[in-house]
Amino acid sequence: MNALRRHRALSRIWASDPGFRGWFTTVNHNDVGRMFIVTSVFFFLVGGILAMLIRAQLATPRSAFVGPEIYNQIFTMHGTIMMFLFAIPLIEGVAIYLLPKLLGTRDLAYPRLTAFGYWCYVFGGSMLLFSLLVGIAPDSGWFLYPPLSSTLGQPGINSDFWLLGITFVEISAIAAAVEITVTVLRYRAPGMSLTRMPVLAWYLLVTVVMILTGFPPLILGSILLELERAFGMPFFQVEHGGDSLLWQHLFWLFGHPEVYIIFLPAAGVISTILPVMARTTLLGYGWVVAAAIALGVLSFGLWVHHMYVTGIPHMGVAFFSAASTLVAVPTAVQVFAWIGTLWKGQPQLRLPMLWILGFFVTFVIGGLTGVMVAIVPFDAQVHDTYFIVAHLHYVLVGGFVFPMMAALYYWLPHVTGRKRFFKLGEAAFWLIFLGFHVTFLALHWVGLLGMRRRIYTFDSGQGWELVNLISSIGGFVATIGFGLVLVDIIVNAVVATRGVRNPWGAGTLEWAMPTPPPAYTFASLPSVSERDPLLKEPRLGVGLAKGEGFLGDPSRGRRETLCVETASGRPAYLVTFPDNSALPFALSAVTGGIFLGMLLKAYWLIPLSILGIVALGVRWVWTTGADRDRGPMDVGRGVSLIPAEEAEDPPGWWGSVFLLLADATLFGSLLFGYAFLWTVAPNWPPPSYLAPDPVAAVLAAVGGLVAVAAFRLAARALEQGGSAIGWLILAALGAGAVGAAAISVMVARPDFTAHAYDATLWVIAGYVLLHAALAVLMALFLAARGWLGFLGPRRRGPVRVGQIWADYLLVVAAIGLGAAWLPGAFA
Amino acid sequence: MDTLSTVHPAGPAAAVVAVMWWVLLVGSTLIFLFVMILLAAAFRQRSAPIGPAHDSGRERLWIMGLGLAFPLTVLAALLAYGLVVGERLAPKPHPDLVTVGAEASQWTWRFTYADAPGRETWNVLHIPAGRPVDVEITTTDVIHAFWVPRLAGKLDAIPGHVNVLRIEADEPGEYHGVSSEFSGPGYRNRRFLVVAHPAADWTAFLNGEGMDE
Ligand code: HEM
Ligand SMILES: [Cu+2]
Repeated sequence: MNALRRHRALSRIWASDPGFRGWFTTVNHNDVGRMFIVTSVFFFLVGGILAMLIRAQLATPRSAFVGPEIYNQIFTMHGTIMMFLFAIPLIEGVAIYLLPKLLGTRDLAYPRLTAFGYWCYVFGGSMLLFSLLVGIAPDSGWFLYPPLSSTLGQPGINSDFWLLGITFVEISAIAAAVEITVTVLRYRAPGMSLTRMPVLAWYLLVTVVMILTGFPPLILGSILLELERAFGMPFFQVEHGGDSLLWQHLFWLFGHPEVYIIFLPAAGVISTILPVMARTTLLGYGWVVAAAIALGVLSFGLWVHHMYVTGIPHMGVAFFSAASTLVAVPTAVQVFAWIGTLWKGQPQLRLPMLWILGFFVTFVIGGLTGVMVAIVPFDAQVHDTYFIVAHLHYVLVGGFVFPMMAALYYWLPHVTGRKRFFKLGEAAFWLIFLGFHVTFLALHWVGLLGMRRRIYTFDSGQGWELVNLISSIGGFVATIGFGLVLVDIIVNAVVATRGVRNPWGAGTLEWAMPTPPPAYTFASLPSVSERDPLLKEPRLGVGLAKGEGFLGDPSRGRRETLCVETASGRPAYLVTFPDNSALPFALSAVTGGIFLGMLLKAYWLIPLSILGIVALGVRWVWTTGADRDRGPMDVGRGVSLIPAEEAEDPPGWWGSVFLLLADATLFGSLLFGYAFLWTVAPNWPPPSYLAPDPVAAVLAAVGGLVAVAAFRLAARALEQGGSAIGWLILAALGAGAVGAAAISVMVARPDFTAHAYDATLWVIAGYVLLHAALAVLMALFLAARGWLGFLGPRRRGPVRVGQIWADYLLVVAAIGLGAAWLPGAFA
Repeated sequence: MDTLSTVHPAGPAAAVVAVMWWVLLVGSTLIFLFVMILLAAAFRQRSAPIGPAHDSGRERLWIMGLGLAFPLTVLAALLAYGLVVGERLAPKPHPDLVTVGAEASQWTWRFTYADAPGRETWNVLHIPAGRPVDVEITTTDVIHAFWVPRLAGKLDAIPGHVNVLRIEADEPGEYHGVSSEFSGPGYRNRRFLVVAHPAADWTAFLNGEGMDE
């Protein structure tokens, strides 16, 4: 088979559906990655228009352009859109598009999940966009502090759009994070050990693990605040045992890591592009990776620096101030590693490099003001002033937008297969770079002169007029620059000439393929023996197209790739991906029913949507697996591997482990909230405790243990060639018993509006109940699968997946129900 | 002009921070220039020696030296400076101490006086000049913050909690204050006035004279 015939065969197998339908059924990372990127750029434009409205309003004192009601929506939505609907989704899009190519594989671990995440993002984002257009958008600032954002300060529907829309969008972040984690750990080219991984893959790995542990506190906070607003559960109402500070802790437990979730991928981009622009390799690869990991870990210990002025005890503040200054160290390691790389090589001032220089100038200033505000007495003066607005834009625009512009111009030839012909990009760079600094540099100063953020207008005579006028002019200059970039991209994508394959002479695998990339990405998978395979073997792509790598034979007619062992990169098993499917779109639309039901207070929609989700979910998993043992199969180059469903640790198992990591963080945040209210909220302890219920306790303990044991016995029965069905049904009964015990807690404290204690019991019990229901469903699903012959002596993987969910149920039931009953037992 | 300026201090706490700002500005500017010079110097024409031996030398210089040792030293000094200042500003027992209450609501401030029980003022806080004053800050509805930029940093008013901020005015006079935590549509006009009295006027105020608000 020659390269062209192979290309045709693979293209047929991997092709998305033609035409309009293809948009809704594609699961290919090439498509979905680009859809993510384009959609996030759209939201950047919306957020940018809002920024221009802000600057128009603030250009002169006493401006009558908009009043406070509208202005409050504008700045809230500007911040919200930029953080949640632009920055994070853009990162996801870039990761989705690039990662399989960098890693030398054909797609991400769960293609349908990629598409599902995209649609959740679109639907959640549309909710917020709708609220903006109709003029009922969230208006209490992007961190939505209650009581202002709760029923006391905002009785309307505005805050609900935020809480529900953003939570919907967060589903997509969690989905992408699970998928990217598993992809980096398992879906790489054979031979690509962890130490040979491109540095960007390391950065993305750290980023997504941070998403898995950083987003759940916000998701929990949003759920609690929505429950307070919808049903009067008083988590944040002090007179009923709540505390508004709990929201701030949950929000910033997310919010500070969020800043690094945005910065780290940008730093990864710089670590990738900068050495290529200097015709050398990255100085101190190991140090840089260690610095990225250290940043990730440290950033979870800093959230209180956003709360210095809330009256945190003195010692606590000292600790967090120390941690906040310390976090500058790993950042410094990276910055100096990059400059050292430039010294080591021969830097060339091409357009991506220009943007990287823009990054250095801007980000270093933002980092230095960041160290300033880590110092408590200084922060007490500038907190909530324009000094902070300036600081955060130096970090976000300098540390994220500028590197993304470098990425845009660096990978554009990869996406379009063309080389830049009209050179508007340089002019655009200068407009944006200078415009940005004109906008924000002097705003530091008006902040020090006492100009608070979030005021819709200001009086003259305080020395603020000139700076604000200049700032607004700078903002418009930068906007023109962004417009020019857009024109540049469109013009060059349409009319420029075809480019060469690896225009920058880079060493990473994404350049070892035709551009624009075909749907199947690699015609055969490379075997990797160093960090920059293309430096040693520039013609690697040609060999891969000829089928010299793994899986070069498309004759099985399925979308195939390989999973490798995590550390060594030795090939482990063969993965067959699902085909195009409308399920992701349908599932996210049905999921939207829950959010719509909450938003419109049409609660009947919720059980209906849950039924729909269960039905579609069953349909989804049903299509995986095989109805007979297939045994090892040929994957090329003389190697045979077992298929995924016969592995001890199939992809579903890995996905479950990392989903449970996020889930456990959410549960941990819930327990943190419970303990926080207990120790800090003024109106505690509650008037009375829940009386422990011995019957329910025994039910939960026995049920949980039975479920855990039965899953293990089911796997054993399969291994010995027997049937697992009986054991699986027993497991379902056990999990059901745990659910019944959880319900007993709710029944015993029916009034969840009485005190935050009762509301918390409901949420804990609800959490246990949800996991019990999940375990029941899984056990019954597996029993049905077993009955139809989809389980076998080699195909025990699915049961192992169910087993870890049952194990998790036992743990959360023990901790959750224990936390509910124990205070009453000791009282 | 300059009524809300943190760099025109009129009390000891604000003065310390204003000095701190100039120290931070100078230090940051030096560091910024240093980094920029290193960056620019990378572009001069030269041929850098290549090979792993040279790389390990570079790692020592760039990463261990500039990346680790340099920021650790600077930050340790800075942190110590910040903690010492923070310690100095914290409310501590003092023989001349005056205690007042500040209760925020959408959108007024109600001030009370420990030395004159029952005495209340709205949107004007009276204090003696030259004596430390502890402001006990709280709120009846949403979160607000008490901030008199020329006297001291800000502190939040949180429902159900009382936060204590130490302020002091060097001289008698009027000082502008604002609420600096976003509190809804009326946020912009959330101003108040702090009137620092000479000792005699303060006694008169406590005795109920000049109750014209
Ligand atoms: C050149 C483009 C931009 C301009 C001119 C701009 C302007 C502004 C201004 C003036 C404010 C303060 C509004 C107020 O306090 O009343 C603001 C707030 C904010 N901006 Fe931007 N911005 C730009 C780009 C961005 C980007 C790219 C991001 C994030 C990736 C971002 C994130 C934020 C956030 C989080 C806030 C805080 C919103 C809040 O207080 O709730 N901005 N922006
Ligand atoms: Cu932070």
